[in-house]
Order: sequence, then C-alpha cells, then structure tokens
Amino acid sequence: MTPAVLVQHLRVAYGRQPVLHDLSFEVPAGAFFIIIGPNSSGKTTLLRTLAGGVKSREGQVEIWGTPVDRFSKRALARLVAVVPQQMPTDIPFTVQEVVLMGRSPHVGWMDLEKPTDLKLAQEAMTLTSVAHLAQRPLPQLSGGELQRVIIARALCQQPRLLLLDEPTAALDPAHQVNLMDLLAQLKAELGLTVVMVSHDLNLAAMYGEHLLLLNRGEAVQVGRPADVLTYEQLERAYGCAVLVDENPLGGVPRVTLVPQKFLRARGF
Amino acid sequence: MSWNNLPLGRRLLWVVLLGMLLLGVSLVLGLGLGSTAASWHRKLAALLGLSSPGDILTTIIWRIRGPRVLVAGLVGATLSLGGLVFQALLRNPLADPYILGISGGSAVGAILGLLIGLAPFPGVALLAFLGSMSTLLLILLITAGASGARKGSLLLAGVMVNAFCSAVIIFLVSITQDARLHSMLYWLMGDLSMSAPAQASSLIYLLLPCFLVILCLARPLNLLLMGEETALYLGLNVAVTSRLLLIVTSLMVSLAVCRSGLVGFVGLVVPHMFRLVLGPDHRLLIPACLLGGASYLILCDLISRVLPAQGEMPVGVVTAMVGAPLFILLLVRSRR
Repeated sequence: MTPAVLVQHLRVAYGRQPVLHDLSFEVPAGAFFIIIGPNSSGKTTLLRTLAGGVKSREGQVEIWGTPVDRFSKRALARLVAVVPQQMPTDIPFTVQEVVLMGRSPHVGWMDLEKPTDLKLAQEAMTLTSVAHLAQRPLPQLSGGELQRVIIARALCQQPRLLLLDEPTAALDPAHQVNLMDLLAQLKAELGLTVVMVSHDLNLAAMYGEHLLLLNRGEAVQVGRPADVLTYEQLERAYGCAVLVDENPLGGVPRVTLVPQKFLRARGF
Repeated sequence: MSWNNLPLGRRLLWVVLLGMLLLGVSLVLGLGLGSTAASWHRKLAALLGLSSPGDILTTIIWRIRGPRVLVAGLVGATLSLGGLVFQALLRNPLADPYILGISGGSAVGAILGLLIGLAPFPGVALLAFLGSMSTLLLILLITAGASGARKGSLLLAGVMVNAFCSAVIIFLVSITQDARLHSMLYWLMGDLSMSAPAQASSLIYLLLPCFLVILCLARPLNLLLMGEETALYLGLNVAVTSRLLLIVTSLMVSLAVCRSGLVGFVGLVVPHMFRLVLGPDHRLLIPACLLGGASYLILCDLISRVLPAQGEMPVGVVTAMVGAPLFILLLVRSRR
C-alpha cells in the first residue's frame, strides 16, 4: 500500500543554517503520526515541507506516491490540509466564513459558495462541535473554540492528510483531551491520515500510533511509542532527566519530568 | 433575518443596488449643481438631453461638469479600492494608496513639470506618472531579496521614499515665488478642475481593466487577510497573487494621481467605513468601495465647487474635513 507520506534523504537549510539533514521516514496511510522533539529540532519546518511550503531543499518528499512539487498549490490543498500554530484572530470574519474558506481549493476564485459548499461547512462545524458558533466573529472565540474552527476549515478542504502544528499548546487539560479525542475520531470515521507536531510526550504516547523523535534536524527514532519513548533516547534528545514507566491506563509508556531539586536530594 | 445570516449572493445584490443608487444620486447632483443660476426643470431638461443642442446650460453640464464629475468618480473609486487592497496586502489598517511612495514620487514629477512650465495635460500628468512609477520600481528593487520580512520592509521603504520626496518637494516649493506656487499647492492638495473630455475617457479605458483584475482577486484577498501561510495552505499562489495586486494597484493609483493631484484621505476613510458596516469580506467590499468611493469624491468635489462664495477650494480639503468626523462617528457608534 502506498504510504501517505514518503520522505527520503530530506535536507532543508534556511540560508547557511541547516534545519533538517538526511531525514528519511514514511507515514502509513490512515495512521495517527506524531512528531516530537526539542525546540528548534526542525518539527515545524518538516510540517511545512510536507504542505509544500518549503521550496529550497534536497531529497524526496512524496504524498501518496507523487512528489510534492508536482502538485499545483490548489491540487495539493485538496489533498493536504494544515492547522498552523499561529493565525490572525483580529479579523472579524464569522466562524462560518472562515470554515467556508476551506472550500477555496475546490471552487473557482470568482464563484460564490454553492449549497453543497454550505452543507460541507455545516457538516465540518458539526463534527468539531462549533456549529452553534457559526455567526460568531473570530475575535470573540476562546482558544479552544478557535482551534476547533480551524480544524473545521481544514476538514472542509476534504483532505486525505491532516497536518497540525502543536494544536494543544494553548489549551487547558480538558480541551487537550477533547481535541485529541476528536482527532482520533476523525481519523477513524473519515479515514484521515493525521500528522501532528507535539511537545506533550504523554499525549503523543497515548494517541500516537507512530512517533518520530527529531533532534537537531535528524531522526533519532521512528516507531511505536514504546520504541521511541525510552529513557536513553529522550535524555539524549532533550538533555534532561526523565522517568519512563508504564502508563497506569495500560499499554503505553508514561514520561515524568524530573526536577533538579529531586536529583540533587538523591546525590546526582 | 440579520445581515450576517443573509446568503452572500443576496448581500452582494444589496450592496450593488444601494451603491448604484448612491452613485446615481451623486451623478445627478454633481452634474446639476454649480455656480450657474438656472431653474431645476431647465437643468433636468439639459441632463436628459431634452433642451436644444446649442443651449448654454447643456454645454456647461455635459462639456464642463461632465468630464470633471467622471474624473472625480474614477479617482474616488481608484483611491478607495487602492486603500482597501493595500490595507489587506500589508495587513496594516493605516496603509493608504500613497503608502509606497506613490504620492511622493508623483508630486516631485508634477512639481518639476509645473516649474519648467509644462501644460497640465499631458506634460505635468506624464511627469507625475513617471515619478510614481520610478518610486515603485525603486521600492520593488529594495525589497526584492527579502522574503519573510517583506511586508515590514515594504512599508518602511515606502515611508522613507515618501520622506525623501517631501524634502525635495519643500525645496522646490521654497525656491518658487511666482504664480506657479499657487498651482503647485493646488496640485498637492488635490485638484479636479482641469478635466477635459478626452482625458476623462482615456482614464476610463486605463482604469477599468485594473478594477476588473482586483474584482477577480476578491477571494484571494480574503485568504491573504488570514496570513500568507494560511493562504498558501488553502491553495493560493501567494507570491504571484500579492505581486500582481501590488503592481496593478500601484499602477491604477498612479494613473489617478497624475490626473487629480494628491487627494488625501479617501483611501483611508472609504474602505474603513465600509468595513465597519459590511464586515471584512472583500467580495462585498470591492464593489462597495468602487461605487461608494466614486460617489464620495463626486460629492466632495461638488462641495468644493459650490461652498466657497468665490472660486473653488482644493477637493483634498473637503475629503478630509467631511471624512474624518464621519469616520470617527461611525467608529464610536460601532464600538457600542
């Protein structure tokens, strides 16, 4: 089966500064794939590359077997949707208008939305539980609502691959779990392939089927959570002490951060 | 049903209908009112073409006021649309059609033209156009290499070019002492009084294609408003689209400015006024700015012709005097 994403010997540099070197991995179709790694390890750049937003690079990036440069911008946007980390929230578009923007790669630049587009937007808003906010302007939304609206816009693109850049970063614990549950549900119900960047190792362990641990632009390990979230690899990548044991909910590792004072008290 | 609940097509229809109505009323007033004392039914007859061909009133309305009203409408539409596009493109609410040094460049050109004694048209207008085009080229060259910080550097480069041009203008004005000083000052404050029929019609042919291009790019403008990265992920070729918008808009503003001088404030007040009323969707804002901007400048020009007991005042004075209070009123009311 063709993988959703195939990356081979990928190198990206911003000017002289190398960001990713010799990166190779694949994302199986229909997987929940989570990219973890310390700050400035190249996670966001990798996500941008998959979405066709990075031009100067070496190596191969294929989306369902087609090199990413072969797609026009519009064709790629019909296949891959992105939920970026930052977006302007000061423009008073209504939620429905923002979600309808997801139809852009499907309709002509001059067309007004047709009833089918409105129906798709309605479905997307229902799936992410923001239908009741349809006429609310963007600046009046909370962080959690906004994140769901942007996911609804991404779904409105009818993509096969959904990329998310730290979608849980600004959310409280309840909203984090709700969002991750929603993504798992979308993956199961719509057959979406989900690739997301996260700093939360425990969410990654609980929801990710495959993890990629990046460090300084290189893949430390790709595989199941139990193979990636080991004490040695995490300590080497993040440079801090962690405690890895089994999650009491079962089946996956649990990562606990270890404070300095704790280490000092035990003579490390 | 509230405005936001209406389907977009319906809202668009309302905007176009009301805009046409406003423009129609402005045209009739602009053509009908002036310093000639004549009864309303004679004016109406002349407007409808019912009076005899040699009638002096017909000549005044169609040969003198007609081109002037037409130029005012075109310049108003251009400046409003230019402000709308630059505010979206640079994501800066203070951006106006002159932000990239278009005013500075064309003013230097125009004032040089007046200094060496060229006729207002085509001499002064041509130099003004060349001036604004060369500043645009200069700014495109300055910012060609920069990528991520392009918007910031574009704005800064524009402000710097404008500052330099202002210095040159003040220098040129300060060394001029005779009657040319008067026409210079009028040009700098916006002047629609020198509009001949031929110029008015040539302006239409040049500006309409620009309007059409921008009208076609309404949806991309909405996407650009959400940020370049988001626009890219929604399938827009951001580099090509924003460059095209930048060039078309600068071109049409230069064309308008070289005819009318620096009519300030229209590009700021009209788009913001419509944004407060209609929301941020460019598919509504572009037709609204075209029709509303045209009406606004026609009415302001009318005031500048009719209000002073003797002669005229520069239309730029009226656009700001009427526009600023109107805008502040709307701003305060919308905050409630």
